[in-house]
Amino acid sequence: MTTSPLPSHVLPRWLVMLAVASILWVAAYSHLTDFADALLSLTGMTRETRPGEALHFFLYDTPKVLLLLTGIVFVMGIVQTFFAPERTRALLAGRRVGIGNVLAASLGIVTPFCSCSAVPLFIGFLSAGIPLGVTFSFLISAPMVNEVALALLFGMFGWKVAALYLGLGLAVAIVSGLVIGQLKMEDHLEDWVQQIQKGQLAPLSGEELTWVNRFEAGRNHVRNIVGKVWPYMLAGIAVGAGIHGYVPQDFMASFMGKDAWWAVPAAVLLGVPMYANAAGIIPVVEALLGKGAALGTVLAFMMSVIALSVPEMIILRKALKPRLIATFAGVVATGILLVGYVFNLVL
Amino acid sequence: MKNVKVLGTGCANCRHTAELIESIARERGNPIQLDKVEDLPGIMSYGVMSTPGVVIDGKVVHAGGVPSREKVESWFARSDA
Repeated sequence: MTTSPLPSHVLPRWLVMLAVASILWVAAYSHLTDFADALLSLTGMTRETRPGEALHFFLYDTPKVLLLLTGIVFVMGIVQTFFAPERTRALLAGRRVGIGNVLAASLGIVTPFCSCSAVPLFIGFLSAGIPLGVTFSFLISAPMVNEVALALLFGMFGWKVAALYLGLGLAVAIVSGLVIGQLKMEDHLEDWVQQIQKGQLAPLSGEELTWVNRFEAGRNHVRNIVGKVWPYMLAGIAVGAGIHGYVPQDFMASFMGKDAWWAVPAAVLLGVPMYANAAGIIPVVEALLGKGAALGTVLAFMMSVIALSVPEMIILRKALKPRLIATFAGVVATGILLVGYVFNLVL
Repeated sequence: MKNVKVLGTGCANCRHTAELIESIARERGNPIQLDKVEDLPGIMSYGVMSTPGVVIDGKVVHAGGVPSREKVESWFARSDA
């Protein structure tokens, strides 16, 4: 398998473009407040008024989140070229339960994943002899701990919350996978899946990628991801701006605060049917948090929206019998619930 | 005539892949027989882990994402073009 020979000037051109883009990126990122102030003053409004404050929030957050998203998604697009699903599978094959779960959850972050190929991936893992629980650790972590969520959390809450989300997301994926593995539910896979498990695999011939290929993959990733999520993100930021400017301070504390014990389960339940992507939900969450909602409750809500979704379960239903799906949803929901409570207790 | 199969559960990317292959094969005057394999057991029988995948004359040549234009062209340039 060869790519068409590239003219020798392509790589230097990429490097120059990337250098220029990086400088522009840093320059833009360090002038976000000035930019928002300048645009706001053009409208004649000030931050003292409610519409002014809401608009400032919007003008500040939109470019900030867009910049972070573009940067992180580009880098992830390149990282993912090193972790084709076939490679991840080879890394996981033959690992023991435990270590395997940790590795699977971690690889879930860097392996390209889309819910439409969740089933082929799932079966591909099983057929290589990877235990069911380890496979689930991957399947839970891959959509939940994704670069869009991390980029937005980092942009809107800072690195501490992003790191917490990363750590807790991994923990939920690892523990849920271990629990599902313990339950020994292999016979709750659909029959045709159990048959394939014994079958053989046609390994895909590995392709040699050049750095130009990898940069192009990064660019395509930005095009695909940012191109798809920006409307949700704008909508999310607009709703967030509205909450920011108009909802009274501490309004959320009464029903999303620490003292409401039922807030965490309610947040998880509410999150399951919602299939927003991280880009739409995080700006809203930020605004809620600013109005007195507890961080644990909000994180639980977010994880539930992103990790447990009805469309994904419908896809998985093709390979899993209902009891295994229900177990999967139940175990992950419990894990998220615990995360929410622990957070609210500790912070 | 080459037999081309596009493996995928019917997502947008799978449709794009099929359209791309069809248009490039037509451009090159290279007649193909294009099938879509949409049932999961069928897809899995090729051992592909990420869709869309492309199979030409029984051999997996691509998996995971829409193939680039250059890549598709390379499949049809090699023989009987």
